[in-house]
Amino acid sequence: MAAESNGAANQPGTADQGYYRHDTPQQDLRVIGKPLRKVDARTKVTGRTGYADNLSLPRMVYMKLLRSTQAHARIRSIDTSAAAAMPGVVGILLGSELPNQFGILPVSNDEHTLAIDRVRFVGDPVAAVAALDEETAWAACRAIVVDYEPLPVIGSPAEALATPEPRIHDYGDEGNVHKYVNLQFGDVERGFAESDLVRQDVFFFEGNTHLPMEQHACLADYDKDHKVTIHSSTQTPHYLHKALTKVLAMPASNIRVIACPNGGGFGGKSDPFNHEVAACAMSRKIGRPVKCSLTREEVFHCHRGRHPVLMKAKIGVRKDGEIQALDFESHLDGGAFGSYGVASTFYTGALQTVTYQLKNYHFRGARYFTNKAPCGPKRGHGTVQPRFALECLLDKVACDLDLDPAEMRLRHLAKRGELTANFMRIGSMGLGECIEKVVAGSGWKERRGKLPFGRGLGLACSSYLSGAGLPIYWNAMPHSGVQLQLDRSGLVTVFCGSTDIGQGSMSVLAYVVAEVLGLDPMKLRIVTADTDLTPVDLGSYSSRVTLMTGNAAMQAAERAKEIVAAAVAEKLEVPKSNLVFADEHVFDAADPSRRMSFAEAVIAAEAKFGTVGTVGSYKPPRSAARFKGGGVGPSPSYSYTAAVVEIEVDPETGQYTIPKIWVAHDVGRSINAALVMGQIEGSVYMGLGEATMEESAYRDRSHKGKRVFLHNQPSMLDYKSPLAVDMPEVVTYIVEDHDPNGPWGAKEAGQGPLLPIMPAVANAVFDAVGVRIDTNPITPERIFAALQSKAKGGEARFGPSDVPAVAWPEPRVVPPPWEGGDGKEVASDAPAPTRSGGKG
Amino acid sequence: MLRLPTFRYHRPRTAAEAVRILAESGPKARFVAGGTDLYPNMKRRHQSAEHLISLARVEELRGIDGDGPAGTCTIGAMTTLREIERDPRIGAWYPAFVQAVASVSSPLLRNMGTIGGNLLLDTRCNYYNQTEEWRASIDFCMKERGPICWVAPGSPRCYAVQSSDTVPLLCAIGAEVTLLSPGGERRVAVDDLYRDDGIAYLTKRPDELLTRVHLPASGAWSAAYHKLRRRGSIDFPVLGVGAWVARDGERIADVRVRIGGVGSMPIHATETEAMLRGQPVTEELVRAAAELSFKPARTMDNTDSEVPYRKKMAPIFVRRALSECLGL
Amino acid sequence: MSPHSESPTPAKQLGVFHVNGETHEVAFAPHHTLLEVLREDLGLTGTTHGCELGECGTCTVLVDGTPVLSCLTLALEVAGGADGDPRPIETIEGLADGPNLHPLQDAFADLGASQCGYCSSGFMLTANALLRDDPAPDRAKIRTALAGNICRCTGYVKIFEAVELAAARLRGEARQPARETLYGS
Repeated sequence: MAAESNGAANQPGTADQGYYRHDTPQQDLRVIGKPLRKVDARTKVTGRTGYADNLSLPRMVYMKLLRSTQAHARIRSIDTSAAAAMPGVVGILLGSELPNQFGILPVSNDEHTLAIDRVRFVGDPVAAVAALDEETAWAACRAIVVDYEPLPVIGSPAEALATPEPRIHDYGDEGNVHKYVNLQFGDVERGFAESDLVRQDVFFFEGNTHLPMEQHACLADYDKDHKVTIHSSTQTPHYLHKALTKVLAMPASNIRVIACPNGGGFGGKSDPFNHEVAACAMSRKIGRPVKCSLTREEVFHCHRGRHPVLMKAKIGVRKDGEIQALDFESHLDGGAFGSYGVASTFYTGALQTVTYQLKNYHFRGARYFTNKAPCGPKRGHGTVQPRFALECLLDKVACDLDLDPAEMRLRHLAKRGELTANFMRIGSMGLGECIEKVVAGSGWKERRGKLPFGRGLGLACSSYLSGAGLPIYWNAMPHSGVQLQLDRSGLVTVFCGSTDIGQGSMSVLAYVVAEVLGLDPMKLRIVTADTDLTPVDLGSYSSRVTLMTGNAAMQAAERAKEIVAAAVAEKLEVPKSNLVFADEHVFDAADPSRRMSFAEAVIAAEAKFGTVGTVGSYKPPRSAARFKGGGVGPSPSYSYTAAVVEIEVDPETGQYTIPKIWVAHDVGRSINAALVMGQIEGSVYMGLGEATMEESAYRDRSHKGKRVFLHNQPSMLDYKSPLAVDMPEVVTYIVEDHDPNGPWGAKEAGQGPLLPIMPAVANAVFDAVGVRIDTNPITPERIFAALQSKAKGGEARFGPSDVPAVAWPEPRVVPPPWEGGDGKEVASDAPAPTRSGGKG
Repeated sequence: MLRLPTFRYHRPRTAAEAVRILAESGPKARFVAGGTDLYPNMKRRHQSAEHLISLARVEELRGIDGDGPAGTCTIGAMTTLREIERDPRIGAWYPAFVQAVASVSSPLLRNMGTIGGNLLLDTRCNYYNQTEEWRASIDFCMKERGPICWVAPGSPRCYAVQSSDTVPLLCAIGAEVTLLSPGGERRVAVDDLYRDDGIAYLTKRPDELLTRVHLPASGAWSAAYHKLRRRGSIDFPVLGVGAWVARDGERIADVRVRIGGVGSMPIHATETEAMLRGQPVTEELVRAAAELSFKPARTMDNTDSEVPYRKKMAPIFVRRALSECLGL
Repeated sequence: MSPHSESPTPAKQLGVFHVNGETHEVAFAPHHTLLEVLREDLGLTGTTHGCELGECGTCTVLVDGTPVLSCLTLALEVAGGADGDPRPIETIEGLADGPNLHPLQDAFADLGASQCGYCSSGFMLTANALLRDDPAPDRAKIRTALAGNICRCTGYVKIFEAVELAAARLRGEARQPARETLYGS
């Protein structure tokens, strides 16, 4: 061990007892599974992490963006003369100078760096100013005069439907509807007919945001060789690289993107952003380094957080809870731009099938453009809102059927290795064990339904991807690449495009390579997220990094091992197959005294083969879903989580506390147990914030013909994020159902454990005080309203009553596997677009 | 990064010097104590100061002195909330006051914020406590630069909210403050320090410096502070009830109830008090009296939480605060 | 737009700052906060910032041993000059003893209490002040003391456990992390 890795890092052997189960044989693992320190732990705790805002360069200037004060308006004119005349101002940039549009998805490249003729939400960037200091840049922004011609404001999906003109964008399925999806797997009507119980509920999940502690920042430097380098707090340097290439109209090879360690991301730094593009363009324009650090309010404008989603779910079940049919409808309030929205829309329908057996499934989704900050991917991307609906619905079903909600779920789990109705391939599936763990830990069987009025338990389950099966833009290349350089000193340098946002992806690379080559992970050099130096990794999103970079790193390391072993075998005159790599040595398994240090082994290899370097790459297996839209949802493996929440509600006020949460997560295998614990606890926290208080609410007010419509609480004080005193006790169980597609069986841990928390809280409220809260967050105000309604003889519920009526396009009909489907859609025999919604 | 505007900085050593500098510096001069209210407001450009007169080194404004039971307990205005929270004498003599102090914001803010600053906390509003950019989007509001109050656009007045935790409690227990100006000192009941106007929310004149807080004789009374907020720390009260009861055996000799967070000044629950005064203590009476605080709690849509909810919580919180005072 | 007459390039003034036991003479803008002087004039970027309005706790440093928000502390208030000595400031850069980590840093590193690390400086400094005040705080006291520091990564659990572990080690106990802390129950 390195000098810096004392403490917990020095506990060889403590990880092994009882952890390697199921079909993978016990292996002699030295690094994998151990609760080692992160390779950058010392840097983190000494305050030496190079966050983007910590960087500076000689001659650097500061850039600020002037943002729209209007929710929806045409720009008549922009007068920058006063700003340009201010001492200290060195550059002003307008949208007309950067006509090329960008966006994360090829189907929605709908963003301009700076608005040219239209602003679409309060906060939409309009101009950029660079100055010698930040105060001057700010003052100059305030001196720019923009003449706006207001346009009607579209504040909700209902308004978007009612107001097809003016269109917020001139593309999309119709009017202000960005995207319609209609997918049919099997025959839900037959399923309902064969059910003993059919029930339908409407749910609403309010939007919320990532709130990373670090505010986005970047530093761009256009150099004398006409190359631009940008350091940025981005989770997706590769996609930023592509966006910059397009907007700057420069060769990709002249653009270098370096992702700094992110001070938290959670999906909020996964899009290419205006300030990043503008900083590069400004640097090119004025010929000096440009720094742009956003304020907290601007981070709220960047947003890309959880979509507000209104959902209607109709379910048909047999007496034992077996699901015969699910008809699910989601309406997403997308905000002003596309972002990941098309994918988000599909995600609201994709993963309902991977937890419980589901025979017939119909999914309809619609995403609307509104004059709000754009929504996008937040931890659990698009699957969180429907999971809330489904798990609340199942709790109601169990209640209707007088079944134990845990037992009912256990009885009908999706099966490992099977294809679901929508052609998702289940891999390892530890949800049953997860449920058993939290049921046993929480005393579920003895306590649920039996606690005094005001106290209750709620259970919910979930699943999440271990990486999206398809890249964001279609291509045949790997999703992740790793390159190893073996130095004569014995140093192994790992190059990979992946980005550490705090989840520990740098460390995962080190652990994987160290395990294969028998090295100390703390002694490797890890170089990541630099488009000039590192092979492409698509980014830190969709929980893809451990599985994909892990596999790529493993392949690169195995190849390096092969080369070194060949040289060592010759030198030591030992059969290659006998060689063991461990403890920074290579030795003969039969006679460990025949050995050489790893450094000597590399020298032997370099002498024999020349400079030693290898590459590894990973591409997910081809998905069985061949229908249009089937690109969203497939993953090499799915993680599973179950959670039980205990709640104490004050029935008089609706105020509540959550003393304890039990959570069990099937991670396939822990690459590092302590990091997995951190991801689970952090997910529980973020889920709890979403369940109890977090809301991206808008202030909508009109006065004398002027409608103001803007984020109501763009601050750390007013956007409520739970504090240390709000955090319950968390009992965590790591379940390891090894998945054949993961490195050593590993699946994801960073997002999945968030999902069951919100429905578990709602279900616990019902157990405690007998009211259903079908709107998230589950605030005291809503519980109080439901209790009041119940006391007055009304509905014992708080929630929306219906969804908007929509003229859906014809469904794409895909017969499920058990009906002989091959994953492709067949010609629909549906007569005409069906109209849904409205009462009854 | 949000940054402060520029200002001229003064650091007097005595209260008299501070008051003199203020008088000489014209209308755009301000005292600053802990800075936890003023600096964020200045960064958001809704408060400003050409002259900033720091009280940090005015030693005479610090410290806790006197004797609670004797009725001489005095706290210097620059005493931090942390110092009050940790003072064993205050804890013994005025536990409800410590409860209110300990519920102010977060430990970090209480390390910096002072009791004087907390008493004079600027009124708050969703339309006001926003950045300059945000407020530009609504053409500002009456409290700063704008023509109307967005909470009640037809109203001639501003509805920003009294949001200090210590104010309702100190009003209820009958504390007083000393105000110093070039013309001399005057002593005012905390209860008389506030006006029902979100802009001109203080009766303190601009040239006056709040120097000391005087607590009443501790002893034959009890008090309580009950606060409603979203999180367990940091958040301002969206409802804060200060209650004080003096008992005469089984009867309520006197009672004061002040409701914070629901108006521009602490609301007097006059009818609640009248129903209780002189009456024998029963749970039913307290419940009925507390119900009468529903009407005066005029919640508006300019804080966290919801208007009808906060209003409906007022009688519950009043009842609970009174019950705590009465040991019910 | 702004009615305030704001001088965009204010004159700097000289002041002495006493940071982590070292004295620095700095020319700084008088309207700047300690946060700005630490990060931009002294290059001590270990003090990070998340709101600059006193709402998140990220920029916490110790002044006279007490945790305060550097974003709401005027540099002038802590600088030494003609009318007084500088007040002692402690930042994350001063927590370790040379190459040896402080027990809080070791515990944060061992348990993964520092994920993205952005809030960690503020947490460790707040916790350090707590442990100087009370070498054996219980969980409730730790939670209360840390209530003004927001973390979005960890859910605070590992932070609580790290403070407890560091406290034990500071008391001289040879404490190791509990098994369920690292592996779950």
